[in-house]
Amino acid sequence: MTIDISRIDTILDRHGKDQRGLIPSLLEIQNEYHYLSSDALQRVSEQMAIPIIQVYQVASFYKAFSLKPRGKQLITVCLGTACHVRGGDRLIDQVGRLLNIQAGETTKDMQFTLEAVNCLGCCALGPVMVLDGKYYGSMSASKVEKVLEKFMEQEVPANG
Amino acid sequence: MAKARSVEALALEKRRDEILAGQDAARVSIKVCGGTGCLALSSDEVAQAFEQELKAQGVDGSVELKTTGCPGFCEQGPLLTIYPRRIFYTRVKPKDVAEIVSKTIIQGEVVDRLLYKDPLTGEKIVYETEVPFYKKQKRILLKNSGLIDPRKIEDYIAADGYKALEKALFEMTPEQVIAEVNQSGLRGRGGAGFATGVKWELCRNAAGDPKYIVCNADEGDPGAFQDRGLIEGNPHSILEGMIIGAYAIGAHQGFIYIRNEYPLAVELIRLAVEQARHDCLLGENILGSGFSFDVVVQLGAGAFVCGEETALMASIEGRTGEPRARPPYPAESGLWGQPTNINNTKTWAWVPHIIQHGADWFAQMGTEKSKGTTIFSVVGKVENTGLVEVPMGISLRYLIEDIGGGVSNGKKLKAVQTGGPSGGCIPETLWHLPVDYDSLREAGSIMGSGGMIVMDESTCMVDIARYFLNFSKFESCGKCTACREGVQRMYEILDYITRGYGREGDIEVLKELGAAVKASSMCGLGQTAPNPVLTTIRYFRDEYEAHIKDKTCPAGVCKSLITFSIVAEKCPGCGLCARQCTEDAISGEKGQPYVIDEGKCIRCGVCREVCKFEAILVK
Repeated sequence: MTIDISRIDTILDRHGKDQRGLIPSLLEIQNEYHYLSSDALQRVSEQMAIPIIQVYQVASFYKAFSLKPRGKQLITVCLGTACHVRGGDRLIDQVGRLLNIQAGETTKDMQFTLEAVNCLGCCALGPVMVLDGKYYGSMSASKVEKVLEKFMEQEVPANG
Repeated sequence: MAKARSVEALALEKRRDEILAGQDAARVSIKVCGGTGCLALSSDEVAQAFEQELKAQGVDGSVELKTTGCPGFCEQGPLLTIYPRRIFYTRVKPKDVAEIVSKTIIQGEVVDRLLYKDPLTGEKIVYETEVPFYKKQKRILLKNSGLIDPRKIEDYIAADGYKALEKALFEMTPEQVIAEVNQSGLRGRGGAGFATGVKWELCRNAAGDPKYIVCNADEGDPGAFQDRGLIEGNPHSILEGMIIGAYAIGAHQGFIYIRNEYPLAVELIRLAVEQARHDCLLGENILGSGFSFDVVVQLGAGAFVCGEETALMASIEGRTGEPRARPPYPAESGLWGQPTNINNTKTWAWVPHIIQHGADWFAQMGTEKSKGTTIFSVVGKVENTGLVEVPMGISLRYLIEDIGGGVSNGKKLKAVQTGGPSGGCIPETLWHLPVDYDSLREAGSIMGSGGMIVMDESTCMVDIARYFLNFSKFESCGKCTACREGVQRMYEILDYITRGYGREGDIEVLKELGAAVKASSMCGLGQTAPNPVLTTIRYFRDEYEAHIKDKTCPAGVCKSLITFSIVAEKCPGCGLCARQCTEDAISGEKGQPYVIDEGKCIRCGVCREVCKFEAILVK
């Protein structure tokens, strides 16, 4: 994916050029492109006058950032304690099995990325899965296929 | 030292009076929960359906519709309360809305099937105030969650919002504010329980200018969502507390460090900051008092260790969130080397209440050393999951059985896990213990930020210990060797045990390693990471021994140690399990008992979930 330098610059302008603006800027770039490309990080380093090694240090430290391209849809399965005791592990295993990927990976067609998260704060509804921003509460391994199917059907026309 | 009220302060009072005068207590008001939990259950669609249906049935002019924050009873969501009678409906779907409008709103009758049924008595309950889950709580911080619209500053102002700020700015000196907080006995709600007033005083008296204050809303403990609930239900209460605190400490810049994983809470706190700025409650010359203070909302980027105050400050400064040694404490040298005061979200939210009602009022609640109420998230294998607020010092049993409604599915209760990855598992035999900072510590756990995860006989305690160590191993920043390597080794031993490779002596090694990691890590993460292991060994040693010696998992959780089979007498041969099995491990003929091929079975548990006859046996 090529990046639009002017869009990165707009983001950097908004958050200021001192070090405090680094994490907010990276978060916004991540939101925009779903990952942080080396070009983007290079631009951030130049514009903010922060050594590239420091930019990488921050980008690789925090879990919100991905240095690899991600799929169109992000599937997040919560593995917080409340979800764990209600079978969150079985849930993520099942999603992984159905999509043939493991947590942290993206399907070959770049459609889905599967991520585990340590708590989404909807503990009362566990186990919880989030598919492209929509929360699915009280999930179970046996319900996964239906949710994924429904989602793929909906997405086909939208993507032409 | 009362100063004359400024024009701006008088205008705020006038505005409050006007809002209150415009309110009609007898007016029907429908409150739909719009918190993250209920939203996950499509409460937004319920709210939309109401909007249309009120119009369609011609009552939209006389009835108020409000989307509120989280009232806490997430298990029963989407939640709906109809004021003024406070008729309480649970699990409301968009298709129920037309009937609610015609029957309840227009005719004043109750829709029976939407009422909450008390699992203990089987009785249906009409009014919110009568539901045991609410009746047995003491809701102060959460009082307005579920009542006001978190998007409207008017609602907060009408509910006496920013009254305490006015009192602090015009009737009290900063020293008097600190004295009041000190006298109240408020202790930090983030888990460590340090006296808030003392912390403020240290920061106020520290040399250096500017000074900063921080709200720690980086609620990373898995199983805890009090801060999220509070911010989504009543964001202005936190802001008001921060402004008062800044006035007391002498800070002019504050930060709210909030988790990126809470998108709704982020949106609402940002909105609250904008509104407060617009209404002269933040920024230059607040309410014309001469005091200036502003707030930046800073997002976390997904690192648990940033809940630790020195790591959090590093993150705000734009660096990796690695903790550093204390002293110097943040009060002397915090953000950019300046005096900084950091408090938890719930601590800040207490401040307006204490200033408005006085230290003595606050100190009446709770125990001798732990004052006030606190919020817990009661989750896991319990009937009524959600957010509850209770006075400090009530027993664990009251919290779990009386308010939580006991265990779900009639299983036997086993333990409660408190304090997240830093806490421990407290067995059912100790549930008479009062919930306060000191007794939980004695039991080997900590209060933490207030997550209570209830576990029943189907939870394996060795697996839970392994789960937490996996968490801490993943979240360790890697700075201290003891934490980075020790937690990793402890995890490996636990992983072996759960996979059937446990050896005699493993328990002793775990205890020894645990003691070493605790003693030689710099920050709270490493110092407490072994707690889940050490407490489960202390209270559930027999489960460890069953895994190590007998190679069995008594709870039926650890995949390598269990087998799935079908009980022929219970299986009517419906074939549902075979259709759902992704591995084609189940076969049989319709009407005859099915069988599982153990060689193909991956123990995913789908068959047990879908079986309506409880015919799947796990051993």
